[in-house]
Amino acid sequence: MKKHKSLLLKDLRENRVKWLMILPAAIVVILMCYIPMGGIVLAFKEYNYHDGIFGSPWVAFKNFEYFFQSGKAFTVTRNTILYNIAFLLVNTLLQITCAILLSELAGKWFKRITQSVMFFPYFISWVVVGAFVYNMFNFEFGAVNTFLEKIGADPIDVYSNKAVWPFILIAVSAFKNVGYGTVMYLASIMNIDSQLYEAADLDGATMWQKIRYITLPCIRPTIVILFLLAIGTIMKGDFQMFWQVTGNNPMVLDVTDVIDTYVTRSLLELQEFGMTSAAGLYQSVFSFILVLLANKLVKKVEPDYALF
Amino acid sequence: MTKASHISRKPVGRDRVIFNILSHIILAVLSACCLLPFILVLSGSFSDQTSILTHGYQLLPENFSLDAYKTLFKIPEDLLRAYGVTILVTFTGTFLGLFLTSMAAYVLSCRSFRFRYHVSFFFYFTSIFGGGLVPWYIFNTKYLHFHNNIIALILPILINVTYLLILKSYMTSIPEALYESAKLDGAGDFTIYWHVALPLCKAGLATVGLFIALNYWNDWYNAMLFLDEGRSDLYPLQYFLNNILTKAQALSAAAARSGLPMSDVPSEPMKLAMTVVATGPIILLYPFLQKYFVKGVTIGAVKG
Repeated sequence: MKKHKSLLLKDLRENRVKWLMILPAAIVVILMCYIPMGGIVLAFKEYNYHDGIFGSPWVAFKNFEYFFQSGKAFTVTRNTILYNIAFLLVNTLLQITCAILLSELAGKWFKRITQSVMFFPYFISWVVVGAFVYNMFNFEFGAVNTFLEKIGADPIDVYSNKAVWPFILIAVSAFKNVGYGTVMYLASIMNIDSQLYEAADLDGATMWQKIRYITLPCIRPTIVILFLLAIGTIMKGDFQMFWQVTGNNPMVLDVTDVIDTYVTRSLLELQEFGMTSAAGLYQSVFSFILVLLANKLVKKVEPDYALF
Repeated sequence: MTKASHISRKPVGRDRVIFNILSHIILAVLSACCLLPFILVLSGSFSDQTSILTHGYQLLPENFSLDAYKTLFKIPEDLLRAYGVTILVTFTGTFLGLFLTSMAAYVLSCRSFRFRYHVSFFFYFTSIFGGGLVPWYIFNTKYLHFHNNIIALILPILINVTYLLILKSYMTSIPEALYESAKLDGAGDFTIYWHVALPLCKAGLATVGLFIALNYWNDWYNAMLFLDEGRSDLYPLQYFLNNILTKAQALSAAAARSGLPMSDVPSEPMKLAMTVVATGPIILLYPFLQKYFVKGVTIGAVKG
């Protein structure tokens, strides 16, 4: 340890310029990430503005008790995890399908246009996606209800209907993310050695056989890795998406509230610092454990792709 | 993306024909789904208020009208100011972020830098563990005084660890010999970074710079957290749009300034016209920038 320290001091002297070049980025990270990390003690305190983070009195696990006994902990954890699983399954399936279809298409312009169109939603802000949802699902003049009325069906009021939200959220997630993942899987398919396909052609393989026995096995490592890495983020809800798409609508919170929206809402509306930091810490710790676990699994399957 | 697809040279078989038909249908349907919301918003923004109120939003405007845009540009101050804030924040954040990120990435890519793994981990760790929203929020408002401060729109997303690692992997591919020969010519580290490393990874800088710019352009979250209603002059474009969409008073305030009575304001098409105006620049730039983003996604996918 001591030797390490003297090495560091020596390096700080010798590579002064290099360390100075890292410094600005490091300061930003220290300010935005490391110092706030110290604030996790808040989860065990009753915060008041006057005494600040460190002066406020300790309350041990009371904030956690409050969070778990409110019944909210279970609901938001369940929603976060189930939505993430659903997004992962639906998006991955669509992404792989699109990537395979695009890779086999002969027509160049059709391929380019469809790929560009599907990738585009990735670039617009969630506020704009929120506008799309409003435009389609608004009860009085939404396009969906306009359409339903035209064909003589009853209009649906999505803002009080809990059952439709999982479908809307899954569709929106696919809308925003399928193009991105397709680009990723397509790159992985393009890396497959074309000799494999030529050999299969000589053997008289059909399209389906080539997909089944060449393409899919070759991109399997990518699929497995992305799946495993997704485990690491399963406790993190996509805040911007849930906030903008559901419009923070109180009628359907039971089925749309994830940990991140719950924490932000409690912070902004209730100024409830203690309990929300407890919820935040609960999420951080579990996420951290899951990342470690995911990394361990990746290391076992494909050591080259391990995160650290 | 340039590699030819795996087309067989044999006469086209039945399976190929079925596959082609199926894939065209599936891809066309999915693309149409992605396009539909844009068309609906565009059409709504060109409709007149009465036809929306009576018949709802439709795929094509029932009565074509420019009222929404006319009203919007009658009071351009708020909109232009929001545009100004976003442009200022995007430019400052992108150039500063790109400078700091690439500088750190250069050092981390130097094989002669003994502590590169430790420092990389120092940066990487922040992406797998965090203190959560509340301590961050309190620290930023109480101790850094970000409340109602434009810095709050820049600093929180200035450094992104993923982009740092992408740039690092770009720079690692630069042959060390180039650095060595520059050093023999008496160049210091900063000179090598500025005159050797940066010019050699222009593509990487463009890709990462565009991702950073996109994050700033689309940011509304930090504005929501740190800006009060009293400082609406600092509202960036997306948060301005957010308020027009979700807060009735934001729209009526705009109406009052335009001099029109509230009943004459085409509020519904105006919301959509505002959406179109806020998304316009991205739509216009997208065809030219797409290839950089594709590159970025592909690199990120290979290894972070």
